[in-house]
Amino acid sequence: MTDMAETTAVTRTAETVAARLGRRYAAEARFRAFGFAAVAISIGFLAILLGSIVAKGWSAFVQTQVLVEIAFDPQVIDPDGTRDPATLDTADYAALIRAALAARLAPDADRSTRRDLSGLISSGAANQVRAMVNADPSLIGTSRKVWLMASDKLDMVTKGQYDTALNERQLGWLTALRADGELRRTFNTTFLTAGDSREPEQAGIWGAMVGSFFSLLITLLVSFPLGVAAAVYLEEFAPTNRWTNLIEVNINNLAAVPSVVFGLLGLAMFLNVFHLPRSAPLVGGLVLALICLPTIIIAGRAALKSVPPSIRQAAAGLGASRLQIVAHHVLPLAMPGMLTGTILGMARALGETAPLLMIGMVAFIVDIPKSPLDPSAVLPVQVYLWAGSSERAFVEKTSGAIIVLLVFLVAMNLIAILMRKRFERRW
Amino acid sequence: MNALLPLGTIKVKAQGVNVHYGDKHALQSVDLDIRAGEVMALIGPSGCGKSTFLRCINRMNDLVDGARVTGSLTLDGEDIYDRAIDVVQLRARVGMVFQKPNPFPKSIYDNVAYGPRIHGLARDQAELDEIVMTSLEKAGLLAEVKDRLAESGTGLSGGQQQRLCIARAIAVSPEVILMDEPCSALDPIATAKVEELIDELHENFTIVIVTHSMQQAARVSQRTAFFHLGKLIEVGDTEQIFTNPQQPLTQGYITGRFG
Repeated sequence: MTDMAETTAVTRTAETVAARLGRRYAAEARFRAFGFAAVAISIGFLAILLGSIVAKGWSAFVQTQVLVEIAFDPQVIDPDGTRDPATLDTADYAALIRAALAARLAPDADRSTRRDLSGLISSGAANQVRAMVNADPSLIGTSRKVWLMASDKLDMVTKGQYDTALNERQLGWLTALRADGELRRTFNTTFLTAGDSREPEQAGIWGAMVGSFFSLLITLLVSFPLGVAAAVYLEEFAPTNRWTNLIEVNINNLAAVPSVVFGLLGLAMFLNVFHLPRSAPLVGGLVLALICLPTIIIAGRAALKSVPPSIRQAAAGLGASRLQIVAHHVLPLAMPGMLTGTILGMARALGETAPLLMIGMVAFIVDIPKSPLDPSAVLPVQVYLWAGSSERAFVEKTSGAIIVLLVFLVAMNLIAILMRKRFERRW
Repeated sequence: MNALLPLGTIKVKAQGVNVHYGDKHALQSVDLDIRAGEVMALIGPSGCGKSTFLRCINRMNDLVDGARVTGSLTLDGEDIYDRAIDVVQLRARVGMVFQKPNPFPKSIYDNVAYGPRIHGLARDQAELDEIVMTSLEKAGLLAEVKDRLAESGTGLSGGQQQRLCIARAIAVSPEVILMDEPCSALDPIATAKVEELIDELHENFTIVIVTHSMQQAARVSQRTAFFHLGKLIEVGDTEQIFTNPQQPLTQGYITGRFG
């Protein structure tokens, strides 16, 4: 009797399980499909984003040049024949270029034709010629063919991005130049080596890169030691009481405060109270350090918490003091986690724009900063500035700057991952 | 040091020791003497307070939030909980081996050398090498690891890890070694090796061992203390406890009626 009852119960269990099995597997398959779709959609959006940036920005790394035969006329450069460097420096080289272009394209040019001619060549080309003469004064009196930087309008037309930038006459010259092979496109070194400029073809990202580098250096130097020290104190040494709870709540809140508020704090404290230099990476770095700090502290505490208590006990059991337990065992084990937090914080700092606007890093700065105390731009602010510029040629520069920013970010993450790997391998 | 003390002198003396974890009264007025050079086994069902008592002897309970110890606990007549006693110094004199093998994620050599290093026990590298080798030898591990001292201690097998932890503890030359269920995570062969080791070590060290296995207590200890629900029920020679317990609770536990 009991046997039969048991057999029935077993059969019933098997039947019930079998009946539900199909639905359970279906739910599982559905869940997997949702997950896969979510990943696919994210990757799709990322691809669209990166694709459009690269498609728009790659041409910023290419620059059109025009081959011009320049006669280094002694009458224009050095009428007295003194070869005095000051005289060579102040000569009107733009006139030489104008004359050369006129000789090549429109020998009997009137005033308006000459203006059209000047529109083909960048205003920065005169500097190029000046540098040649300064380097080798014996050029004076000779003539030589030189590749000169084209104007942004000519550049836009050859890249096919803005066909009506030039007028009919200029387009005719362009055809003539192209037919004779006197037009070429080269890698745009100016974009990677120059500071900002009002002229798109002369504008470069290097000033902003150096500014970002200095800012992040300051941020790292300030926020990493402070963050690690704060995390270690709060996690390992501080008593649990009302004050430490209050501090903890506030740190968590600070991580969520809009970054522009930190910018206002920086303006009020660093600029108005401490009178640190305006627009400088030093102040930018300090403000960004404040923004990173909560992230680093929170990640650091989580990393410290995840160190197994058995390691602490082992060290304590051998008679290690509290500081020795932390310094010899807990901190090294928590370091990879702390580095991850720091990477997250630094990546956020690299992309911050709003707080830096508050402390004047939005200024138009041509010079490359030589120290964290010099006025400077940073990459995201440079993107912001160019995005707001009216010249058509800044569109590609904006995307180009974004590409540089992303490369910067990837490089930083790569370094951090390698560092973390090394730390992990030591243990 | 033990060598100076005649065998049988009282090494650790507990009088009216109470431990509270917050509201929980984990240990209730325990009186227990541990003699120099003996292996004292603490047995009892889970949660009976035997580990708590063990952790009082080197003040590991200090690390637990809300733990409060009252009563008198002395090591060679000095009050362990006296303000004048430095906990770092105490733990150098009272070493500990834990339930789960917990080698540092460092090399085998550095694991053993850590204690002598932080206490400055070696004057030079040669002396440190000597300490490490002797400790590994005493722990019966030297033959197995002498060619790979630079490898990580976490790469050893469970039993080897536990013997490494014992080597690490004896490298400091403590007077007392506390062992908190040192074999509970080990297989029978590794357990046999550790038990053998305990038997050899008690010539030089006083050993207090918490164990769940009554066979183990019978095999390794000279005296046994039985705890139940935070109270010390009975203490006596191991043979007497297992063959002729005085208390019905002890009788019930060792015959397997509960626990």
